[in-house]
Amino acid sequence: MTNRGNSAEMGKPKRWQDVPMGGIAFGSSAEAVETGQWRSMRPVWDGEKCISCLLCWNQCPDRSILTDGNGKVTGIDTFYCKGCGICAHICPKKAIEMRPESEFTGPGAGAKGE
Amino acid sequence: MPRREITSGNWAFAEAMRQINPDVVAAYPITPSTDIPMKFADFVANGKVDTNFVTVESEHSAITACVTASAAGARVMTASSANGVALMHEIFPIAGCFRTPIVFGLVNRCIGAPINIHCDHSDSMAERDAGWVHLYCEDAQEAYDTAILAIRLAEHKDVLSPVFVCQDGFITSHGFEPVEILDDAAVKAFVGERDADFPLLDVDHPVTYGSFAMSEYYFEIKRQQIEAMKNVLKVYDGVAKEFEAVSGRFYPKLDRYRTEDADFIVVVMSSASGVVKDVVDELREQGIKAGCLRVRMFRPFPADEVAEILGTAKAVAVLDRALSIGGTAPLAAEIKSALYDCGKNIPVQSCVYGLGGRDFFPQYARELFMDLAAGKVSREERYLGLLE
Repeated sequence: MTNRGNSAEMGKPKRWQDVPMGGIAFGSSAEAVETGQWRSMRPVWDGEKCISCLLCWNQCPDRSILTDGNGKVTGIDTFYCKGCGICAHICPKKAIEMRPESEFTGPGAGAKGE
Repeated sequence: MPRREITSGNWAFAEAMRQINPDVVAAYPITPSTDIPMKFADFVANGKVDTNFVTVESEHSAITACVTASAAGARVMTASSANGVALMHEIFPIAGCFRTPIVFGLVNRCIGAPINIHCDHSDSMAERDAGWVHLYCEDAQEAYDTAILAIRLAEHKDVLSPVFVCQDGFITSHGFEPVEILDDAAVKAFVGERDADFPLLDVDHPVTYGSFAMSEYYFEIKRQQIEAMKNVLKVYDGVAKEFEAVSGRFYPKLDRYRTEDADFIVVVMSSASGVVKDVVDELREQGIKAGCLRVRMFRPFPADEVAEILGTAKAVAVLDRALSIGGTAPLAAEIKSALYDCGKNIPVQSCVYGLGGRDFFPQYARELFMDLAAGKVSREERYLGLLE
């Protein structure tokens, strides 16, 4: 009989009968996926220029604009940010700059970074 | 009390849908199946059902809405024909893999080009490897009954697969004939409520449909679908017997007509089988041991039962209302394969008839039986009624 629902508890299926029916995945897992790994350009936020208009917060497709709970922007969540650049594009104060990810990783990383 | 009505295959199917009262119907009209969603739209507008009727912009969208609604836990039905079915092609294997038990009124019409609105089986036969159950109905009564029966078959926990309920375009779908309609309450009790295992809308137990499965597990998931189809062969008779208890009508996987002692058997599907059965009676009176085997269930193909029924014949002819251009016609290929596996070297004549709605006359069946009796069986495909 085909597995009807315990992928959370099971290890790697060893037989076709153990694979969850229809390729269904149990549990909601999107929050654990680090989509920030897909990024090639990183938004760098300048708190001096930001006026917390929240245009970027509203438009971000990945819930990656961090706020303090009082409607003030505090930075970028690089765990989820895919680097699409919408925030930088719509910012009326040019407070977000898109910079190559290579500046932040690999040899010499951080030299020109935050 | 059941009532008798003069109605058509399409209207009877729509009446079954009213009585089933599915949660969701998403449909896009195409001849000759248009009557089904059209009649059903009346039921929706008049408050006869509480179905969420989704009118979409194409057949591709219709079947996509059906799959997602079914994954959400809804009981779902739809209908289509011909190129509409072909446009759905991309989504059919997804429905099969997701194990969404959609019941689909497929009104057989030939695939264009040339454009033509009449019956053959080229639309459904093109979907025979999609992981759907295929049931082919001989008349309007059977289309009505099978719509109801198919709900229970599709949603059976060992099956959980979508079902095509096929009927012949115009011949059955638009022909008016007496049909016995069951009581609403009897249908409601027979179909019950859908009890989905992993509905998307159960937010307390979240699941993901359509996740990636690369070479590690794709194969295993397909193997599960094969098992589901094998299970159809096991559970079908039980569901059909339960339906018989409600309706008094039993529909076997294979409808055998005077085959028990037959020397010469013609294998056929859907509406043309009535003509063949008439000719069988006529030839029996002349002392020729003729028989007819109507294949009602084409997927899964009941090969063992077919071999058992045909295994004692002296010669067999297979009538296909579809082509596999450059290969063996679909029903003939299955029949030959079934007979090969049982080790019987029975001559099989493959015949194609009725393409694009061409009529099938008793004379064709008569000549065919006489040829079988005379040993005129060839490996060449024959074309009945072709101008040549």
